[in-house]
Amino acid sequence: MLSRDTRDPAFLPRLLLGLLAVLVLWPGIRLAELDPRVLFQADSRQAMGGFLAGFWPPAHGAEFLELLLDATLQTLAVATAGMALALLLAVPMSLLASRALSLSAASRSGRPSTLGLVLRWPVRALLVFLRSVPEIVWALLFVRAVGLGPTAGVLAIAITYSGMLGKVYAEIFESVGQRPAHALMQAGAGRLSAFFYGILPSAAGELVSYTVYRWECAVRASVVMGFVGAGGLGQQIDLSMRMFAGAEVASMLLTFLLLVWLADQLSRLLRGRLA
Amino acid sequence: MTVRLTGVGLRLGQVRALDGIDLHIEAGERVAVIGPSGAGKSSLLNLLATALQPDSGTVELLGEAPWRLSGRARQRLRTRIGLIHQAPPLPSRQRVVTTVLAGRLGRWGTLRGLASLLHPRDVPGARAALATLGLADKLFAQCGQLSGGQLQRVGIARVLYQQPELLLADEPVSAMDPVLADHTLETLCRHAGERGVTLVASLHAVELALAHFPRVIGVRDGRLAFDLPAAQVTPERLDALYANAGIASPQAAGAAPAPVQIPRC
Repeated sequence: MLSRDTRDPAFLPRLLLGLLAVLVLWPGIRLAELDPRVLFQADSRQAMGGFLAGFWPPAHGAEFLELLLDATLQTLAVATAGMALALLLAVPMSLLASRALSLSAASRSGRPSTLGLVLRWPVRALLVFLRSVPEIVWALLFVRAVGLGPTAGVLAIAITYSGMLGKVYAEIFESVGQRPAHALMQAGAGRLSAFFYGILPSAAGELVSYTVYRWECAVRASVVMGFVGAGGLGQQIDLSMRMFAGAEVASMLLTFLLLVWLADQLSRLLRGRLA
Repeated sequence: MTVRLTGVGLRLGQVRALDGIDLHIEAGERVAVIGPSGAGKSSLLNLLATALQPDSGTVELLGEAPWRLSGRARQRLRTRIGLIHQAPPLPSRQRVVTTVLAGRLGRWGTLRGLASLLHPRDVPGARAALATLGLADKLFAQCGQLSGGQLQRVGIARVLYQQPELLLADEPVSAMDPVLADHTLETLCRHAGERGVTLVASLHAVELALAHFPRVIGVRDGRLAFDLPAAQVTPERLDALYANAGIASPQAAGAAPAPVQIPRC
Protein backbone atom coordinates (compact mmCIF):
# COMPACT_ATOMS: atom_id res chain seq x y z
CA MET A 1 0.00 0.00 0.00
CA LEU A 2 2.74 2.43 0.96
CA SER A 3 4.99 2.49 -2.04
CA ARG A 4 8.31 4.28 -1.96
CA ASP A 5 6.88 7.30 -3.83
CA THR A 6 4.04 8.14 -1.46
CA ARG A 7 5.67 7.19 1.81
CA ASP A 8 5.72 9.88 4.51
CA PRO A 9 8.59 9.25 6.94
CA ALA A 10 6.62 10.93 9.74
CA PHE A 11 3.55 8.68 9.40
CA LEU A 12 4.63 5.71 11.53
CA PRO A 13 5.92 7.77 14.48
CA ARG A 14 2.70 9.80 14.51
CA LEU A 15 0.54 6.67 14.48
CA LEU A 16 2.55 5.15 17.33
CA LEU A 17 2.33 8.36 19.36
CA GLY A 18 -1.46 8.43 18.89
CA LEU A 19 -1.79 4.81 20.06
CA LEU A 20 0.48 5.54 23.02
CA ALA A 21 -1.71 8.48 24.06
CA VAL A 22 -4.82 6.25 24.10
CA LEU A 23 -2.96 3.56 26.06
CA VAL A 24 -1.85 6.09 28.66
CA LEU A 25 -5.26 7.77 28.99
CA TRP A 26 -7.31 4.58 29.47
CA PRO A 27 -5.94 3.70 32.94
CA GLY A 28 -6.37 7.37 33.82
CA ILE A 29 -10.11 7.12 33.33
CA ARG A 30 -10.22 3.95 35.47
CA LEU A 31 -8.12 5.60 38.20
CA ALA A 32 -10.41 8.65 38.30
CA GLU A 33 -13.40 6.35 38.92
CA LEU A 34 -15.29 8.20 36.19
CA ASP A 35 -18.79 6.73 35.83
CA PRO A 36 -21.34 9.13 34.29
CA ARG A 37 -24.25 6.77 35.06
CA VAL A 38 -24.25 7.84 38.74
CA LEU A 39 -25.40 11.30 37.65
CA PHE A 40 -28.62 9.97 36.22
CA GLN A 41 -29.77 7.75 39.08
CA ALA A 42 -33.09 8.75 40.66
CA ASP A 43 -31.88 10.00 44.05
CA SER A 44 -28.97 12.00 42.58
CA ARG A 45 -31.40 13.67 40.18
CA GLN A 46 -33.80 14.50 42.99
CA ALA A 47 -31.08 15.97 45.22
CA MET A 48 -29.68 18.17 42.45
CA GLY A 49 -33.14 19.12 41.22
CA GLY A 50 -34.21 20.28 44.69
CA PHE A 51 -31.08 22.43 45.00
CA LEU A 52 -31.45 23.93 41.53
CA ALA A 53 -35.20 24.62 41.96
CA GLY A 54 -34.36 27.20 44.63
CA PHE A 55 -32.22 29.14 42.11
CA TRP A 56 -35.14 30.97 40.47
CA PRO A 57 -35.73 33.84 40.77
CA PRO A 58 -32.22 35.08 41.71
CA ALA A 59 -32.18 37.11 44.93
CA HIS A 60 -32.42 40.85 44.26
CA GLY A 61 -33.35 42.55 47.55
CA ALA A 62 -31.67 45.93 48.07
CA GLU A 63 -29.86 44.79 51.19
CA PHE A 64 -28.57 41.63 49.52
CA LEU A 65 -27.45 43.52 46.41
CA GLU A 66 -25.43 45.89 48.60
CA LEU A 67 -23.83 42.90 50.28
CA LEU A 68 -23.18 41.35 46.87
CA LEU A 69 -21.54 44.53 45.56
CA ASP A 70 -19.26 44.70 48.60
CA ALA A 71 -18.27 41.05 48.24
CA THR A 72 -17.68 41.44 44.49
CA LEU A 73 -15.45 44.46 44.99
CA GLN A 74 -13.53 42.59 47.65
CA THR A 75 -13.05 39.61 45.34
CA LEU A 76 -11.83 41.87 42.52
CA ALA A 77 -9.50 43.66 44.91
CA VAL A 78 -8.05 40.35 46.18
CA ALA A 79 -7.49 39.09 42.63
CA THR A 80 -5.95 42.36 41.42
CA ALA A 81 -3.70 42.88 44.43
CA GLY A 82 -2.60 39.23 44.24
CA MET A 83 -1.80 39.58 40.54
CA ALA A 84 0.13 42.82 41.12
CA LEU A 85 2.31 41.18 43.77
CA ALA A 86 2.70 38.10 41.56
CA LEU A 87 3.86 40.27 38.64
CA LEU A 88 6.49 41.93 40.84
CA LEU A 89 8.02 38.50 41.38
CA ALA A 90 7.22 36.92 38.02
CA VAL A 91 8.68 39.52 35.65
CA PRO A 92 12.27 39.46 36.99
CA MET A 93 12.18 35.69 37.38
CA SER A 94 10.92 35.16 33.82
CA LEU A 95 13.75 37.34 32.50
CA LEU A 96 16.24 35.28 34.49
CA ALA A 97 14.74 31.94 33.48
CA SER A 98 14.22 32.61 29.77
CA ARG A 99 16.76 31.43 27.24
CA ALA A 100 15.64 34.29 25.01
CA LEU A 101 18.03 36.60 26.85
CA SER A 102 21.02 34.32 26.45
CA LEU A 103 24.00 36.29 25.19
CA SER A 104 25.83 33.09 24.29
CA ALA A 105 22.93 31.90 22.13
CA ALA A 106 23.37 34.98 19.94
CA SER A 107 26.78 33.76 18.80
CA ARG A 108 26.03 30.02 18.76
CA SER A 109 23.15 30.07 16.23
CA GLY A 110 20.52 29.95 18.98
CA ARG A 111 21.98 27.37 21.38
CA PRO A 112 22.80 28.79 24.82
CA SER A 113 26.03 27.67 26.45
CA THR A 114 25.97 24.86 29.01
CA LEU A 115 26.91 27.29 31.76
CA GLY A 116 23.94 29.49 30.87
CA LEU A 117 21.60 26.50 31.03
CA VAL A 118 22.99 25.45 34.41
CA LEU A 119 22.63 28.97 35.84
CA ARG A 120 19.00 29.24 34.66
CA TRP A 121 18.10 25.93 36.25
CA PRO A 122 17.71 27.16 39.90
CA VAL A 123 15.30 29.91 38.78
CA ARG A 124 13.23 27.33 36.92
CA ALA A 125 13.23 25.10 39.99
CA LEU A 126 12.03 28.02 42.14
CA LEU A 127 9.20 28.67 39.66
CA VAL A 128 8.22 25.00 39.80
CA PHE A 129 8.17 25.12 43.61
CA LEU A 130 6.06 28.28 43.70
CA ARG A 131 3.34 26.86 41.50
CA SER A 132 3.40 23.24 42.64
CA VAL A 133 1.60 23.98 45.93
CA PRO A 134 -2.07 24.82 45.13
CA GLU A 135 -3.24 28.30 46.15
CA ILE A 136 -5.90 26.79 48.43
CA VAL A 137 -3.15 25.19 50.54
CA TRP A 138 -1.29 28.49 50.80
CA ALA A 139 -4.61 30.15 51.73
CA LEU A 140 -5.23 27.65 54.55
CA LEU A 141 -1.69 28.29 55.78
CA PHE A 142 -1.99 32.08 55.66
CA VAL A 143 -5.46 32.07 57.26
CA ARG A 144 -3.72 30.55 60.25
CA ALA A 145 -0.87 33.05 60.09
CA VAL A 146 -2.65 36.37 59.38
CA GLY A 147 -6.18 35.42 60.46
CA LEU A 148 -9.48 35.28 58.54
CA GLY A 149 -9.82 37.86 55.78
CA PRO A 150 -8.71 38.85 52.30
CA THR A 151 -4.99 39.23 53.16
CA ALA A 152 -4.56 35.46 53.16
CA GLY A 153 -6.14 35.28 49.70
CA VAL A 154 -3.87 38.02 48.31
CA LEU A 155 -0.71 36.30 49.58
CA ALA A 156 -1.81 32.88 48.33
CA ILE A 157 -2.53 34.21 44.84
CA ALA A 158 0.71 36.20 44.77
CA ILE A 159 2.81 33.12 45.51
CA THR A 160 1.16 30.55 43.22
CA TYR A 161 0.57 32.94 40.35
CA SER A 162 4.12 34.29 40.36
CA GLY A 163 5.23 30.72 39.59
CA MET A 164 2.73 30.28 36.77
CA LEU A 165 3.25 33.73 35.23
CA GLY A 166 7.04 33.46 35.46
CA LYS A 167 7.10 30.10 33.69
CA VAL A 168 4.70 31.05 30.91
CA TYR A 169 6.27 34.49 30.35
CA ALA A 170 9.69 32.87 30.01
CA GLU A 171 8.25 30.48 27.43
CA ILE A 172 6.46 33.24 25.52
CA PHE A 173 9.76 35.13 25.25
CA GLU A 174 11.33 31.99 23.80
CA SER A 175 8.50 31.27 21.39
CA VAL A 176 8.62 34.55 19.44
CA GLY A 177 11.25 35.04 16.72
CA GLN A 178 14.69 35.38 18.29
CA ARG A 179 16.47 36.96 15.32
CA PRO A 180 15.68 40.61 16.18
CA ALA A 181 17.07 40.25 19.70
CA HIS A 182 20.09 38.24 18.51
CA ALA A 183 20.85 40.85 15.86
CA LEU A 184 20.79 43.59 18.51
CA MET A 185 23.07 41.65 20.87
CA GLN A 186 25.43 41.02 17.95
CA ALA A 187 25.56 44.79 17.46
CA GLY A 188 26.68 45.26 21.06
CA ALA A 189 23.35 45.87 22.83
CA GLY A 190 22.86 44.60 26.37
CA ARG A 191 20.40 41.82 27.20
CA LEU A 192 17.75 44.09 28.64
CA SER A 193 17.86 46.52 25.71
CA ALA A 194 17.73 43.59 23.29
CA PHE A 195 14.69 42.27 25.16
CA PHE A 196 12.79 45.55 25.04
CA TYR A 197 13.66 46.31 21.41
CA GLY A 198 13.75 42.81 19.96
CA ILE A 199 11.36 40.55 21.87
CA LEU A 200 8.74 42.66 23.61
CA PRO A 201 7.22 44.11 20.41
CA SER A 202 6.44 40.59 19.14
CA ALA A 203 5.48 39.14 22.52
CA ALA A 204 3.30 41.97 23.88
CA GLY A 205 -0.03 40.68 22.54
CA GLU A 206 0.53 37.17 23.85
CA LEU A 207 1.70 38.49 27.24
CA VAL A 208 -1.35 40.72 27.70
CA SER A 209 -3.73 37.97 26.69
CA TYR A 210 -2.21 35.51 29.14
CA THR A 211 -2.07 38.08 31.95
CA VAL A 212 -5.74 39.01 31.60
CA TYR A 213 -6.69 35.32 31.45
CA ARG A 214 -4.69 34.69 34.63
CA TRP A 215 -6.41 37.65 36.28
CA GLU A 216 -9.71 35.99 35.41
CA CYS A 217 -8.43 32.77 36.97
CA ALA A 218 -7.34 34.76 40.04
CA VAL A 219 -10.91 36.03 40.41
CA ARG A 220 -12.15 32.44 40.41
CA ALA A 221 -9.37 31.31 42.74
CA SER A 222 -10.13 34.09 45.21
CA VAL A 223 -13.73 32.83 45.29
CA VAL A 224 -12.61 29.29 46.06
CA MET A 225 -10.34 30.63 48.80
CA GLY A 226 -13.32 32.52 50.23
CA PHE A 227 -14.67 29.07 51.17
CA VAL A 228 -11.77 28.64 53.59
CA GLY A 229 -12.26 32.10 55.10
CA ALA A 230 -10.37 34.44 52.80
CA GLY A 231 -13.35 36.79 52.35
CA GLY A 232 -15.12 38.04 49.24
CA LEU A 233 -17.76 36.35 47.10
CA GLY A 234 -16.58 32.88 48.05
CA GLN A 235 -17.35 33.40 51.71
CA GLN A 236 -20.83 34.65 50.77
CA ILE A 237 -21.48 31.66 48.51
CA ASP A 238 -20.36 29.35 51.29
CA LEU A 239 -22.76 31.00 53.75
CA SER A 240 -25.68 30.99 51.30
CA MET A 241 -25.14 27.34 50.39
CA ARG A 242 -25.08 26.35 54.04
CA MET A 243 -28.42 28.13 54.46
CA PHE A 244 -29.80 26.47 51.29
CA ALA A 245 -30.50 29.98 49.92
CA GLY A 246 -30.42 28.91 46.24
CA ALA A 247 -31.66 32.30 45.03
CA GLU A 248 -28.64 34.05 46.53
CA VAL A 249 -26.27 31.50 45.04
CA ALA A 250 -27.88 32.10 41.66
CA SER A 251 -27.33 35.87 41.91
CA MET A 252 -23.70 35.33 42.80
CA LEU A 253 -23.15 32.92 39.92
CA LEU A 254 -24.65 35.51 37.56
CA THR A 255 -22.17 38.05 38.95
CA PHE A 256 -19.39 35.62 38.08
CA LEU A 257 -20.63 35.26 34.56
CA LEU A 258 -20.51 39.02 34.25
CA LEU A 259 -16.96 39.23 35.64
CA VAL A 260 -15.61 36.56 33.32
CA TRP A 261 -17.35 38.18 30.36
CA LEU A 262 -15.81 41.54 31.29
CA ALA A 263 -12.35 39.98 31.51
CA ASP A 264 -12.89 38.46 28.08
CA GLN A 265 -13.87 41.83 26.59
CA LEU A 266 -10.87 43.53 28.21
CA SER A 267 -8.53 40.90 26.81
CA ARG A 268 -10.01 41.29 23.34
CA LEU A 269 -9.73 45.07 23.51
CA LEU A 270 -6.09 45.03 24.61
CA ARG A 271 -5.11 42.37 22.08
CA GLY A 272 -6.77 44.39 19.36
CA ARG A 273 -4.61 47.37 20.31
CA LEU A 274 -1.39 45.32 20.47
CA ALA A 275 -1.63 42.70 17.73
CA MET B 1 44.50 45.98 9.60
CA THR B 2 40.72 45.69 10.04
CA VAL B 3 40.24 41.99 9.37
CA ARG B 4 42.78 39.20 9.76
CA LEU B 5 41.54 35.61 9.40
CA THR B 6 44.11 32.85 9.72
CA GLY B 7 43.22 29.27 8.85
CA VAL B 8 39.61 29.74 9.89
CA GLY B 9 37.28 26.73 9.76
CA LEU B 10 33.61 26.66 10.68
CA ARG B 11 31.31 23.68 11.11
CA LEU B 12 27.51 24.14 11.14
CA GLY B 13 26.01 20.86 12.27
CA GLN B 14 27.43 18.22 9.91
CA VAL B 15 28.28 20.74 7.19
CA ARG B 16 31.76 22.15 6.79
CA ALA B 17 30.67 25.74 6.07
CA LEU B 18 34.14 27.29 5.90
CA ASP B 19 37.51 25.63 5.57
CA GLY B 20 41.01 27.06 5.90
CA ILE B 21 40.13 30.69 5.17
CA ASP B 22 43.05 33.16 5.17
CA LEU B 23 41.91 36.72 4.60
CA HIS B 24 43.41 40.14 5.24
CA ILE B 25 41.45 43.34 4.74
CA GLU B 26 42.98 46.77 5.35
CA ALA B 27 41.12 49.68 6.94
CA GLY B 28 38.97 51.58 4.45
CA GLU B 29 38.95 48.80 1.81
CA ARG B 30 35.77 47.92 -0.08
CA VAL B 31 35.45 44.20 -0.76
CA ALA B 32 32.71 42.19 -2.48
CA VAL B 33 32.16 38.50 -1.77
CA ILE B 34 30.59 36.47 -4.58
CA GLY B 35 29.91 32.79 -5.09
CA PRO B 36 27.14 30.25 -5.72
CA SER B 37 24.29 29.67 -3.26
CA GLY B 38 25.41 27.74 -0.20
CA ALA B 39 29.09 28.47 -0.82
CA GLY B 40 29.60 30.04 2.61
CA LYS B 41 29.20 33.77 1.88
CA SER B 42 26.73 34.30 4.73
CA SER B 43 28.83 32.15 7.08
CA LEU B 44 31.88 34.26 6.27
CA LEU B 45 30.03 37.52 6.98
CA ASN B 46 28.47 36.16 10.19
CA LEU B 47 31.92 35.10 11.26
CA LEU B 48 33.24 38.62 10.64
CA ALA B 49 30.27 40.01 12.61
CA THR B 50 31.17 37.75 15.59
CA ALA B 51 27.74 36.16 15.20
CA LEU B 52 29.47 32.78 14.75
CA GLN B 53 32.51 31.44 16.53
CA PRO B 54 35.07 29.60 14.38
CA ASP B 55 35.95 25.98 15.22
CA SER B 56 39.56 26.44 14.18
CA GLY B 57 41.92 29.24 13.28
CA THR B 58 42.05 32.78 14.61
CA VAL B 59 39.89 35.82 13.95
CA GLU B 60 41.19 39.34 14.51
CA LEU B 61 38.86 42.30 14.00
CA LEU B 62 39.78 45.99 14.43
CA GLY B 63 42.97 44.88 16.16
CA GLU B 64 41.27 42.67 18.75
CA ALA B 65 40.62 38.93 18.97
CA PRO B 66 36.88 38.80 19.80
CA TRP B 67 36.84 35.22 21.08
CA ARG B 68 39.64 35.87 23.55
CA LEU B 69 37.86 38.89 25.08
CA SER B 70 35.55 38.86 28.08
CA GLY B 71 31.82 39.02 27.34
CA ARG B 72 31.65 42.70 28.22
CA ALA B 73 34.66 43.66 26.12
CA ARG B 74 33.27 41.64 23.20
CA GLN B 75 29.98 43.55 23.39
CA ARG B 76 32.01 46.79 23.29
CA LEU B 77 33.89 45.56 20.21
CA ARG B 78 30.58 44.56 18.61
CA THR B 79 29.29 48.14 18.77
CA ARG B 80 32.08 48.98 16.27
CA ILE B 81 30.97 46.25 13.82
CA GLY B 82 27.69 46.47 11.92
CA LEU B 83 26.04 43.66 9.93
CA ILE B 84 23.27 44.28 7.42
CA HIS B 85 21.23 41.07 7.37
CA GLN B 86 19.88 39.46 4.23
CA ALA B 87 16.39 39.13 5.78
CA PRO B 88 16.13 42.18 8.06
CA PRO B 89 15.54 40.95 11.63
CA LEU B 90 13.00 43.64 12.53
CA PRO B 91 9.87 43.11 14.66
CA SER B 92 6.82 43.89 12.52
CA ARG B 93 5.11 45.74 15.38
CA GLN B 94 7.89 48.28 15.80
CA ARG B 95 7.97 51.78 14.40
CA VAL B 96 10.70 52.51 11.88
CA VAL B 97 12.14 55.29 14.06
CA THR B 98 12.59 52.86 17.00
CA THR B 99 14.09 50.25 14.71
CA VAL B 100 16.68 52.68 13.34
CA LEU B 101 17.55 54.13 16.75
CA ALA B 102 18.12 50.59 18.05
CA GLY B 103 21.35 50.65 16.03
CA ARG B 104 23.08 52.59 18.80
CA LEU B 105 21.75 50.59 21.76
CA GLY B 106 25.20 49.18 22.41
CA ARG B 107 26.70 52.65 22.71
CA TRP B 108 23.83 54.15 24.71
CA GLY B 109 23.67 51.67 27.55
CA THR B 110 20.52 50.13 28.96
CA LEU B 111 18.97 53.09 30.78
CA ARG B 112 19.25 55.53 27.91
CA GLY B 113 18.02 52.82 25.55
CA LEU B 114 14.89 52.24 27.64
CA ALA B 115 14.27 55.98 27.96
CA SER B 116 14.36 56.18 24.18
CA LEU B 117 11.43 53.75 24.04
CA LEU B 118 9.31 56.30 25.93
CA HIS B 119 10.42 59.20 23.76
CA PRO B 120 12.65 58.72 20.68
CA ARG B 121 16.05 60.06 21.63
CA ASP B 122 17.39 61.21 18.30
CA VAL B 123 14.63 61.71 15.73
CA PRO B 124 16.79 63.95 13.46
CA GLY B 125 19.53 61.30 13.40
CA ALA B 126 17.11 58.54 12.43
CA ARG B 127 15.50 60.77 9.79
CA ALA B 128 18.91 61.59 8.31
CA ALA B 129 19.88 57.90 8.13
CA LEU B 130 16.58 57.07 6.38
CA ALA B 131 16.86 60.09 4.08
CA THR B 132 20.13 58.83 2.56
CA LEU B 133 18.13 55.78 1.42
CA GLY B 134 15.06 57.75 0.31
CA LEU B 135 12.81 56.58 3.14
CA ALA B 136 12.51 59.71 5.31
CA ASP B 137 8.70 59.71 4.87
CA LYS B 138 8.43 56.28 6.53
CA LEU B 139 9.93 57.48 9.83
CA PHE B 140 6.80 56.82 11.89
CA ALA B 141 5.40 53.90 9.88
CA GLN B 142 5.30 50.38 11.32
CA CYS B 143 7.81 47.87 9.98
CA GLY B 144 5.02 45.43 9.14
CA GLN B 145 3.51 47.87 6.66
CA LEU B 146 6.64 48.14 4.51
CA SER B 147 7.50 46.16 1.39
CA GLY B 148 10.46 43.77 1.29
CA GLY B 149 12.72 46.30 -0.40
CA GLN B 150 11.73 49.10 1.96
CA LEU B 151 12.33 46.84 4.94
CA GLN B 152 15.76 45.95 3.64
CA ARG B 153 16.58 49.66 3.41
CA VAL B 154 15.36 50.23 6.99
CA GLY B 155 17.78 47.47 8.04
CA ILE B 156 20.56 49.30 6.18
CA ALA B 157 19.57 52.63 7.77
CA ARG B 158 19.86 51.09 11.22
CA VAL B 159 23.41 49.91 10.57
CA LEU B 160 24.37 53.27 9.01
CA TYR B 161 22.99 54.97 12.14
CA GLN B 162 25.09 52.62 14.28
CA GLN B 163 28.20 54.17 12.58
CA PRO B 164 30.37 51.04 12.71
CA GLU B 165 34.03 51.04 11.71
CA LEU B 166 33.60 47.68 9.99
CA LEU B 167 30.46 47.58 7.85
CA LEU B 168 29.33 44.12 6.75
CA ALA B 169 26.45 43.52 4.35
CA ASP B 170 24.92 40.11 3.59
CA GLU B 171 23.06 40.39 0.26
CA PRO B 172 22.00 43.95 1.16
CA VAL B 173 20.03 44.59 -2.05
CA SER B 174 18.50 41.17 -2.80
CA ALA B 175 14.87 42.42 -2.48
CA MET B 176 15.31 45.58 -4.57
CA ASP B 177 14.79 46.34 -8.24
CA PRO B 178 17.99 46.80 -10.30
CA VAL B 179 17.90 50.63 -10.27
CA LEU B 180 17.27 50.83 -6.54
CA ALA B 181 19.89 48.12 -5.87
CA ASP B 182 22.48 50.10 -7.81
CA HIS B 183 21.60 53.33 -6.02
CA THR B 184 21.64 51.67 -2.57
CA LEU B 185 25.05 50.11 -3.15
CA GLU B 186 26.27 53.50 -4.37
CA THR B 187 25.02 55.01 -1.08
CA LEU B 188 26.73 52.32 0.99
CA CYS B 189 30.02 52.78 -0.84
CA ARG B 190 29.83 56.57 -0.53
CA HIS B 191 29.11 56.28 3.20
CA ALA B 192 32.10 53.95 3.58
CA GLY B 193 34.36 56.18 1.49
CA GLU B 194 33.48 59.41 3.31
CA ARG B 195 34.12 57.99 6.75
CA GLY B 196 36.98 55.63 5.97
CA VAL B 197 34.80 52.67 6.94
CA THR B 198 35.79 49.18 5.83
CA LEU B 199 32.98 47.63 3.76
CA VAL B 200 32.56 43.91 3.07
CA ALA B 201 29.43 42.91 1.12
CA SER B 202 28.25 39.61 -0.29
CA LEU B 203 26.30 39.90 -3.54
CA HIS B 204 24.44 37.59 -5.90
CA ALA B 205 24.59 40.06 -8.75
CA VAL B 206 28.12 39.77 -10.13
CA GLU B 207 27.89 42.91 -12.29
CA LEU B 208 27.02 44.98 -9.19
CA ALA B 209 30.04 43.55 -7.38
CA LEU B 210 32.36 44.36 -10.29
CA ALA B 211 30.90 47.85 -10.75
CA HIS B 212 31.07 49.05 -7.15
CA PHE B 213 33.92 47.20 -5.47
CA PRO B 214 37.64 47.47 -6.23
CA ARG B 215 38.38 44.05 -4.70
CA VAL B 216 36.36 40.87 -5.30
CA ILE B 217 36.57 37.57 -3.41
CA GLY B 218 35.10 34.38 -4.87
CA VAL B 219 33.89 31.75 -2.40
CA ARG B 220 33.06 28.18 -3.33
CA ASP B 221 32.49 25.13 -1.09
CA GLY B 222 33.64 27.05 1.99
CA ARG B 223 37.01 28.00 0.46
CA LEU B 224 38.37 31.12 -1.18
CA ALA B 225 38.41 30.44 -4.94
CA PHE B 226 40.05 33.77 -5.82
CA ASP B 227 40.86 37.15 -4.30
CA LEU B 228 41.50 39.68 -7.06
CA PRO B 229 41.10 43.31 -8.12
CA ALA B 230 37.76 43.68 -9.93
CA ALA B 231 39.49 44.28 -13.29
CA GLN B 232 41.16 40.86 -13.16
CA VAL B 233 37.96 38.87 -12.60
CA THR B 234 37.56 37.24 -16.02
CA PRO B 235 34.45 35.44 -17.40
CA GLU B 236 36.40 32.13 -17.24
CA ARG B 237 36.95 32.56 -13.49
CA LEU B 238 33.26 33.34 -13.01
CA ASP B 239 32.24 30.27 -15.03
CA ALA B 240 34.46 28.10 -12.84
CA LEU B 241 33.12 29.76 -9.70
CA TYR B 242 29.46 29.21 -10.56
CA ALA B 243 29.76 25.85 -12.39
CA ASN B 244 27.03 23.55 -11.11
CA ALA B 245 27.26 19.84 -11.89
CA GLY B 246 23.78 19.20 -10.46
CA ILE B 247 22.00 21.29 -13.10
CA ALA B 248 21.81 19.93 -16.66
CA SER B 249 22.18 23.20 -18.59
CA PRO B 250 23.97 25.76 -16.48
CA GLN B 251 23.12 29.37 -17.30
CA ALA B 252 25.87 31.78 -18.20
CA ALA B 253 27.41 32.73 -14.90
CA GLY B 254 26.36 36.09 -13.55
CA ALA B 255 23.71 36.61 -16.24
CA ALA B 256 20.72 36.55 -13.91
CA PRO B 257 20.98 37.24 -10.19
CA ALA B 258 19.05 34.52 -8.40
CA PRO B 259 15.87 36.01 -6.93
CA VAL B 260 15.91 35.74 -3.17
CA GLN B 261 12.69 35.78 -1.19
CA ILE B 262 12.85 38.18 1.74
CA PRO B 263 10.30 37.22 4.37
CA ARG B 264 8.32 40.14 5.74
CA CYS B 265 9.44 41.01 9.22
